[in-house]
Amino acid sequence: MSGGVRLPPIARAIASGDRRALARVITAVENGDPSAVPVVRALYARTGRAQVVGITGPLGVGKSSLLNVLIAHLRSQGFSVGVVAVDPSSPFSGGSVLGDRIRIAREPADADVFFRSMASRGEEGGVATTTREVVRLLDAAGFDIVLVETVGSGQVDLAIREVASTSVVVVVPHLGDEVQTLKAGLFEIADVFCVNKSDLPGADIARRDLAEMVALGIRRDGWTPAIVLTSALGPSGIPELWNAVRAHEKFLDTSGQRAAANRRRLAREVVGLVRDRVGHELESRLERDPEFQHLLDRVIERRIDPQAAADRLYVARGRRARSQ
Amino acid sequence: MARRVKPTPIRVLIAKPGLDGHDRGAKVVARALRDAGMEVIYAGLRQTPEEIVRAAVEEDVDLIGLSILSGAHMALFPRILKLLKREKASSIPVFAGGIIPDEDSRRLKKLGVRAIFGPGTSLSEIVSTARSLARGTT
Repeated sequence: MSGGVRLPPIARAIASGDRRALARVITAVENGDPSAVPVVRALYARTGRAQVVGITGPLGVGKSSLLNVLIAHLRSQGFSVGVVAVDPSSPFSGGSVLGDRIRIAREPADADVFFRSMASRGEEGGVATTTREVVRLLDAAGFDIVLVETVGSGQVDLAIREVASTSVVVVVPHLGDEVQTLKAGLFEIADVFCVNKSDLPGADIARRDLAEMVALGIRRDGWTPAIVLTSALGPSGIPELWNAVRAHEKFLDTSGQRAAANRRRLAREVVGLVRDRVGHELESRLERDPEFQHLLDRVIERRIDPQAAADRLYVARGRRARSQ
Repeated sequence: MARRVKPTPIRVLIAKPGLDGHDRGAKVVARALRDAGMEVIYAGLRQTPEEIVRAAVEEDVDLIGLSILSGAHMALFPRILKLLKREKASSIPVFAGGIIPDEDSRRLKKLGVRAIFGPGTSLSEIVSTARSLARGTT
């Protein structure tokens, strides 16, 4: 697969199924440790094989319990499963309690399931980038399916859209009235809606509200989100949930949208990386630039406005670049 | 590549091995460690030694905290330490809390449990011990 390219020893260990090596490199990625960079890069050629599914929804809708029964279903079909479960970090202490493991019951000897809890470490912590890299590591480690569980809010939603080809949004009965389903955000990213805890009264109303919302408009990509009822008790609806995910995956292939979406995602990633580098380079250059300091003084004195300073620096930089 | 530079949070696994439904202590400690800025993987009740060791490896924790009030510590803790060794993860320090008689406490420490907290221990003592164990300064 990697065309005879020699992998660093730890990358080779991950590719050959060493779970401790995998766990260690995930930590390094989370910590922004530079030692992770060559490993993630070396393994890139081995990625793109796993099917990545996002599972998102508000706190307490039963995502972890659902994961537990979904993992069991996927294992019974012979798939190996890697899981990343993201929980919020405290904006006050930076700490977190990652409790998703608590619902996961499985054979301790089953090496074909790998479960990792991850703290979001705040918006500026780069959860989107971290999640993408951790998913790639699980992909390179050979898992057939990678499930990414997140609490539906803010930047984490974005992270899911960047890594998962299918997003499942989990809700419960009585989460809100039909107007909630029209609000922007969480409900817009769903390829599959899952009404969980469907053993509770009100599940049919929730399904009807979602169905009406889905019927109100056609999505730009032409996909009509599926709605399934599930319950982790029993359990029930799990094969139906997975069938809905597979139907969306099939749609991505037959409509040609998988390739297009993949290209857009990777373009964003590469552009983002270039932007980061240009940004860092620019920052360190400007800090040493006497012209910058001079203009900054004038901004502080309110003699020119910040836009004017930026205009001058931008023009001066362009002139310098052209004369080189 | 320039990456964010931040102190890396301590990752700690909190678990209750065996058949013991009293998880208030474990939750209080989990909360205190969270408030001290740590990432607490809360594995909860009725964990087998195998599950605990597996979680420690997959989550790549810096520290394992075990809470037990059932009296089965002399059966469960040595098994956990043995499994950690088998998984080449015996470098992860283990601390414990709960009802553990002094004599057992001495034997467990000999086996490799790094700290044992009985009833009445202050949370600040637990947090500072956990921190120094995780950072390898004890």
